[in-house]
Amino acid sequence: MKTDPAGVLTGVHYLDGDYACGEGAMAAGCRFVAGYPITPSTEVVERISRRFPMMGGTFIQMEDELASMAAVAGAAWTGTKTMTVTSGPGFSLMMENIGLAAMMETPCVVVNVQRGGPSTGLPTMVGQADMMQARWGSHGDYELIAMSPQSPQEAFDLTIDAFNLAETYRVPVMFMMDECVGHMTEKVVIPEADEIDVVPRVLSDKPPDEYQPYAVNGKGVPEMVRAGDGYRFHTTGLTHDDRGYPEMSVERQQINVTRITDKILLNVDDIIRIEEEETDGAEVVVVAYGITARVARMGIDLARKQGVKVGFMRLVVVWPFPEKRIRELAAAVKAFVVPEINLGQMVLEVERCAAGKAAAVHVPHAGGGVHDPAKICKAIVEAAR
Amino acid sequence: MSATAHPPNPNDHPIAPYLRMDRMPHIWCPTCGIGTVVKCFATALEEADVDLDKVVITSGIGCTGRVAGYMNLDAFHATHGRAIPFATGLKLARPELESVVFSGDGDLSGIGGNHFIHAARRNMDMLVILVNNFIYGMTGGQNAPTTPISAKSSTMPFGNFERPFNLPHLAASCGATFVSRWTCLHIRRLAKCMRVALRRKGFRFIEVIAPCSTLYSRLNRLGGGLELMRFYHDNAQIKHGIDTREVDIDFQDTIICGNFVDEEKPTFLDMMNSHYEGVLGDRYVPMAPEGGWLHD
Repeated sequence: MKTDPAGVLTGVHYLDGDYACGEGAMAAGCRFVAGYPITPSTEVVERISRRFPMMGGTFIQMEDELASMAAVAGAAWTGTKTMTVTSGPGFSLMMENIGLAAMMETPCVVVNVQRGGPSTGLPTMVGQADMMQARWGSHGDYELIAMSPQSPQEAFDLTIDAFNLAETYRVPVMFMMDECVGHMTEKVVIPEADEIDVVPRVLSDKPPDEYQPYAVNGKGVPEMVRAGDGYRFHTTGLTHDDRGYPEMSVERQQINVTRITDKILLNVDDIIRIEEEETDGAEVVVVAYGITARVARMGIDLARKQGVKVGFMRLVVVWPFPEKRIRELAAAVKAFVVPEINLGQMVLEVERCAAGKAAAVHVPHAGGGVHDPAKICKAIVEAAR
Repeated sequence: MSATAHPPNPNDHPIAPYLRMDRMPHIWCPTCGIGTVVKCFATALEEADVDLDKVVITSGIGCTGRVAGYMNLDAFHATHGRAIPFATGLKLARPELESVVFSGDGDLSGIGGNHFIHAARRNMDMLVILVNNFIYGMTGGQNAPTTPISAKSSTMPFGNFERPFNLPHLAASCGATFVSRWTCLHIRRLAKCMRVALRRKGFRFIEVIAPCSTLYSRLNRLGGGLELMRFYHDNAQIKHGIDTREVDIDFQDTIICGNFVDEEKPTFLDMMNSHYEGVLGDRYVPMAPEGGWLHD
């Protein structure tokens, strides 16, 4: 369906990535946000808290990030689209209830404007070192979706997509921005509301006595209802049966955990989003995401001037990882070059999928700034030899 | 009664419609007090004449954390300590709901203590029922923020030396507008208190002292369930309106019960709505009572 015009600030704007993300959320129909202040993400909720009262939205600044994520998970069960916003230290605190949202199959969006870590790290400076945490940060086996925008325009566009994916698959979606994209100001075009497609909360049409919260009937994703509509349903973070009742058994654990992972794993072709440039016939393919994707392009241009055939793959959806495509390319290229503002995270996935058929060369950066394109160029040229 | 009489059908029990009878029997130990508190809550729901479809219940983790799972309401069994913020989200995103939190002392005042004081400070629109058995029951009797000084727990085997919370005072001093304490013995008073609380607004807190004969009582040689109820009978004193500073609980000493605070103050939602109406006028669009959901 088309979105509610109340949240859409149609026009051409000059916005930073944080504001653009907030605008994307409102345009997507998000009407409940809970958060706790943390640099460099706070501008997202500042934007929202200024505009929400005029569109029927509620923002609450909670006492910490544990509470923020719990409130977002609870609010999502009213049918309202919900989001929280944070950075590394707060992301760590949110992991507990991200796991709850995954287990209860609660659609919501979690924005992490990444800064340097570990611990308090570099509050005002860029990092990309939470990428593995986004995937594995909560305990137990689960799958979710993570995206990474490279510009304020994408912070707007992809936030809408993040909400749509959350609704489609009933998962928390990690929106992995970085401080550079968050604080970079560029042109952002916000279309008319009737040009914005959103996935509404689809409610079960079963009567209460026939409805079971986790019955899938052959589909991957169960039908949802809202609290307050007379269904008297139960949901829990415990391993549960189709009724949402706890069941402590080996058999139920297998069914429950397999289904919440399969609903993503069996739909990876629909979820994965990558962009490729000149990967056909390339000797080396650079894989990057977020702000580093833009820096990498400069390194690629330098390497091409030296005659290297370089392709580029940008991860728009980072998790699930484009495993199949990396495997295909690994058979054709000498090496992948993976610059990231961390000491080696997504490169491990590239290396795993390349499975020895092509090298996976990491170009590390400990955080606080972006790569020198010359360093990326050097890695490309050396990998091509 | 003739020799051929059938045993009573549990589904004929007056509170059966308020419970998920398909989940019985429950997990609680014989003589545990939690079931009694649930019975009082079901009675209160019946007598308060509320729309049960609009009552949502959230529990955290632990013995009392299982209550949400047995109530025939929209029910959420959330993470340890996070029932209050989870219930906050439910209330704010669909303001017509009556959000009830039902959990234990360790869950709400230990790991969830920060959420408890902030929800009280905000006068957040919710009813919090806290069952206090002075110990972490589910995990095997460890020391709690409510364990009285000198009482033994599995992690204070030589007796507790940490000062416990006076929970009614904590709630009242943070701004709760309705604060009560009862024991599992006071079933009529407790049910009435819950009924009254369901009709009030803002942050309402009811502490219920409950026996744990499996752990707290065994570790402290206090006897079985009946002895504990006798203890409440002999040692509970009802003092309505007493200053909550006076209601500390010492080991095997007087338990002061009663309705301590019952006052009307603007709730979080009252404050938010009147403030925005004042500063934004016609531009203010409050969250719709049925929630801010997008649908065809």
